[in-house]
Amino acid sequence: MSAPTGITLATLKKDIRLEWRSKDALNSMLFFALLVVIVFSFSFDPVAEESRQIAGGLVWVSFLFAAVVALNQTWAREMRNQVLDAYRVSPAPANALFLAKAIGNFIFVCILEALMTPLFIVFYKLRALGPAWQLVPVAILGTWAIVVNGTFFAAMSLRTRSREIMLPLLLFPITIPALLSMVEATTIILVGDPSTSAKFWIVLLATYDVVFTTGCLALFETVLHAE
Amino acid sequence: MKKAFPILGLVTAVLLSYALYEALVVAPREQTMGDVQRIFYYHVPSAWTAFLLFFLNFVASVQYLVRRDPKTDRAANWVLVAVAGLSCVAALVVKLVPDLMQALPQGVEVSSIASTGPIVAIIYFLMRRYFSVEAVDALAVTTAEVGVVFCTVVLVTGPLWARPVWGIWWTWDVRLTSTLVLWLIYVSYLVLRRFSSSGQTPVLAAALAIFGALDVPLVYFSIWIFRTQHPQPVIGGGGSIDPRMLHVLLLNWLAFSCFAFLVCWSRYRLERATREIEETLALEALLEPRNALR
Repeated sequence: MSAPTGITLATLKKDIRLEWRSKDALNSMLFFALLVVIVFSFSFDPVAEESRQIAGGLVWVSFLFAAVVALNQTWAREMRNQVLDAYRVSPAPANALFLAKAIGNFIFVCILEALMTPLFIVFYKLRALGPAWQLVPVAILGTWAIVVNGTFFAAMSLRTRSREIMLPLLLFPITIPALLSMVEATTIILVGDPSTSAKFWIVLLATYDVVFTTGCLALFETVLHAE
Repeated sequence: MKKAFPILGLVTAVLLSYALYEALVVAPREQTMGDVQRIFYYHVPSAWTAFLLFFLNFVASVQYLVRRDPKTDRAANWVLVAVAGLSCVAALVVKLVPDLMQALPQGVEVSSIASTGPIVAIIYFLMRRYFSVEAVDALAVTTAEVGVVFCTVVLVTGPLWARPVWGIWWTWDVRLTSTLVLWLIYVSYLVLRRFSSSGQTPVLAAALAIFGALDVPLVYFSIWIFRTQHPQPVIGGGGSIDPRMLHVLLLNWLAFSCFAFLVCWSRYRLERATREIEETLALEALLEPRNALR
């Protein structure tokens, strides 16, 4: 095992263990997403046919909001006892740290999605009329799109005043194409109109992931060492 | 240099008022849309100016990050030379292969492929030659701020025109949406600059500008799938335009560019002066305890 993967794994393990013991991020995310679901269902009260049309948007917007809650905590954890400064002076590659954080967030948001999806199905009486298996790549690629940029911008907003507000302000404009693809793909799959296909949006989402993962890895070291 | 500023101001004022007269009085009345079409002489030049400023901001941001390290600086220079060469080679290949020539989208010509790379390289090297690393960051602030102003003009004049012509204020069409997203990205850029602590602002902002530049093509492409409602670009696109109208449009663009340049210049000087004062104050604060000891 080469050194960077070792550091990534070690950081990832540490983050998961911390999360397992405290459950800070997961609990706040879950409760937040639950609130969003309930607030949305009060404000729309849709029948099954309508909810199929809007569910893609509801699901992803609530996951995006909930992810921001978790993303805000990822780096704040490293601020205590100047852990981040220790990282900065250590010879460990910055990208190993970034990948560990991104993968950790990816796992947390995936757990959130796995727990919340049944709730959405129950509350909005959802049933996919199209090929439901396509929702899996949409979810994986979409979550990675949110998380990779979110982790990067969270590191960026760490150095700003009122950092909790800063993250969504930076993240949302950049995430628009990814969010559009996720929502469109999910809606197409749920509605199941045979004349349209979600493939275009899945490919677009994959492109987005490749472009921004490369961008994050190229710039993270600069941002971490920004003085 | 300082004397040139009022002269440029005067020239801009004359140009702007002449262009206004041309746009409101001289330009022919549009057949179907009527006088409402005249907003086009403000909308289009503002859009061109805003995009140009955002492009300059992107170049300045890349340059700021790259020039902090001599190694990446050298590498970037070679990349730019390669880009210029490659775009000429690409144009040549397209010219020689008839199939590719046919596949060119409407409005894209061989000459524009050939000139894009060299123009980008020339802008990059001019900026590198005449601006220090700190100055490049000041340039980035300036172009982002003025660009947001011009982009706001575009987003306001667009709906004003669309309401009588399309019957709606806004539609989620590709050009409108991409411009709006671009505006959002640059507003978040300005917010980031405002809220981050001073030492790190340039690096963080430059990184965000690069992310924005990565984002814009994806935004454009993703919304392109919805059928577009915006009129085709009249220059180098599918549309056609009366030569008198084109004349007025170009005149307005010249006036707007002069105006943008003037505003950028004064904003840039203000930014440099502010930083100089901040540095002097910081230096004085450092020296003060020593003075007190004496």
